[in-house]
Amino acid sequence: MAGPRNSPVFLGKIAPHSMIEIEGLVRRFGDLTAVGGISLRVAKGEVLGFLGPNGAGKSTTMKMITGYLAPSEGRITVCGHDVVEEPFQAQTAIGYLPEGAPAYPDMTPVQFLSFIARVRGLTDAAAKKAIETAVARTGLQGVLDQRIETLSKGFKRRVGLAQAILHNPPVLIMDEPTDGLDPNQKQAVRNLIRAMSPEKAIIISTHILEEVDAVCSRAVIIDKGRIVADGTPAELLAKSPTKRLDDVFRALTTADAEIKVESAS
Amino acid sequence: MSSFANATYAVFRREFEGYFATPLAYVFIVIFLLAMGSFTFYFGQFYDSGRAELGTFFGFHPWLYLFLIPAISMRLWAEEQKTGTIELLLTLPISVGSAVVGKFLAAWAFAGLALLLTFPMWLTVNYLGSPDNGVIVASYFGSWLMAGGYLAIGSAISALTNNQVIAFVITVVVSFMFTIAGHDLVLNFFQAWAPLAIVNAVSSFSFLTHFAAIMDGVIDLRDLIFFGSLIAVFLYINVVIIDLKRAG
Repeated sequence: MAGPRNSPVFLGKIAPHSMIEIEGLVRRFGDLTAVGGISLRVAKGEVLGFLGPNGAGKSTTMKMITGYLAPSEGRITVCGHDVVEEPFQAQTAIGYLPEGAPAYPDMTPVQFLSFIARVRGLTDAAAKKAIETAVARTGLQGVLDQRIETLSKGFKRRVGLAQAILHNPPVLIMDEPTDGLDPNQKQAVRNLIRAMSPEKAIIISTHILEEVDAVCSRAVIIDKGRIVADGTPAELLAKSPTKRLDDVFRALTTADAEIKVESAS
Repeated sequence: MSSFANATYAVFRREFEGYFATPLAYVFIVIFLLAMGSFTFYFGQFYDSGRAELGTFFGFHPWLYLFLIPAISMRLWAEEQKTGTIELLLTLPISVGSAVVGKFLAAWAFAGLALLLTFPMWLTVNYLGSPDNGVIVASYFGSWLMAGGYLAIGSAISALTNNQVIAFVITVVVSFMFTIAGHDLVLNFFQAWAPLAIVNAVSSFSFLTHFAAIMDGVIDLRDLIFFGSLIAVFLYINVVIIDLKRAG
């Protein structure tokens, strides 16, 4: 194959084997183009932070990588499996935390995780071990037998995280993993992501900019469905005279607002 | 176990246990039994008939199912869409078909359990006289099959919306049409203008007609095929509705 697939060079260094490859990804909802041609590669060991204003297309992109929404155009491969052609192989390789960490409210965490393990085809022995590991990593020990609907927001999110890492997937997609957590919990989740990162390819979305600095090896800013910046946090910072990520973010994503101000003055 | 069977079983088990995790199952079963009993004894004048049979009991089933079955089916997919768990479920390595079938089977098994718990009716009638138990067994089976038909309709409609009340109301209306399709009320309307073939086709969709045939104690292959294919068609529609919502 020709073109970008044969050029594993980005950020000025040779990329290791890409675990997530996205090419020309487009998603339309009627007349609205939510994702307007995104191409990306994420390698093992990378933690890619998806940044962008609300409605920029972050969640829609994640929903397509995980096979929940079908792309309008373009293709996605996860660990060599095309998400549309071989959805099960791709989904087996992915752990996914959807936006808002949905879970069945009438189940307890242990029932919920057992269900996920069963659907993923783990044997009873393997499931028991996987649940123990995931529970330990996310600190769920104290609430295992409480119904999920009675848990605090922080615990609910951790249940979602435990579900995502349960089968020790090589690829992790997490939509706002620290949203709604208190500072201590945020720190714990970031530590968890960092600890897992050498063995996995991870994409997280966030609109907390210091999170990018804290856990991401690479930041991709998207706006109106397109990538407007891609680099290490340090490289993005270098673009700003003030050396603040906030300013980079605002400069790249608020073009509309600035035009309005100019025309009004 | 194949991956389809494994996934279907996992979804089935979660869904079935889900009924009993909340008061829903108990409330439903109590109301189901009260409704079945009161209709039979009060409106059906079970004792006055002086006959040892359960015809009046089964005769009310289609009408009770009309309102009770949509109460089970309304949550099947609407709730998943409301809480966002559908995104979790459908990004697991399972087919939409296995999720649809697993959920349907759980609801059907639950309806079957509620139906089995009406066994005191059967004990009563056997205590009072000597009914034809073959007819009763056939009627129970036919009733359960019919419940499956209502459930499949309700499941597909539940996939259309994230609002359980809307799912309930639409399911009642659609189920009502299927129930009375063989009634003069409907047939007269079609007879006025449609050719006989269409009138017959409409009439052949009637739950009442097919159930009445089974209640006579004769399990005809045609009635089995009717309910079986109706369930299959609506579950297929259910899968298509979910796929369309995700299509690019």
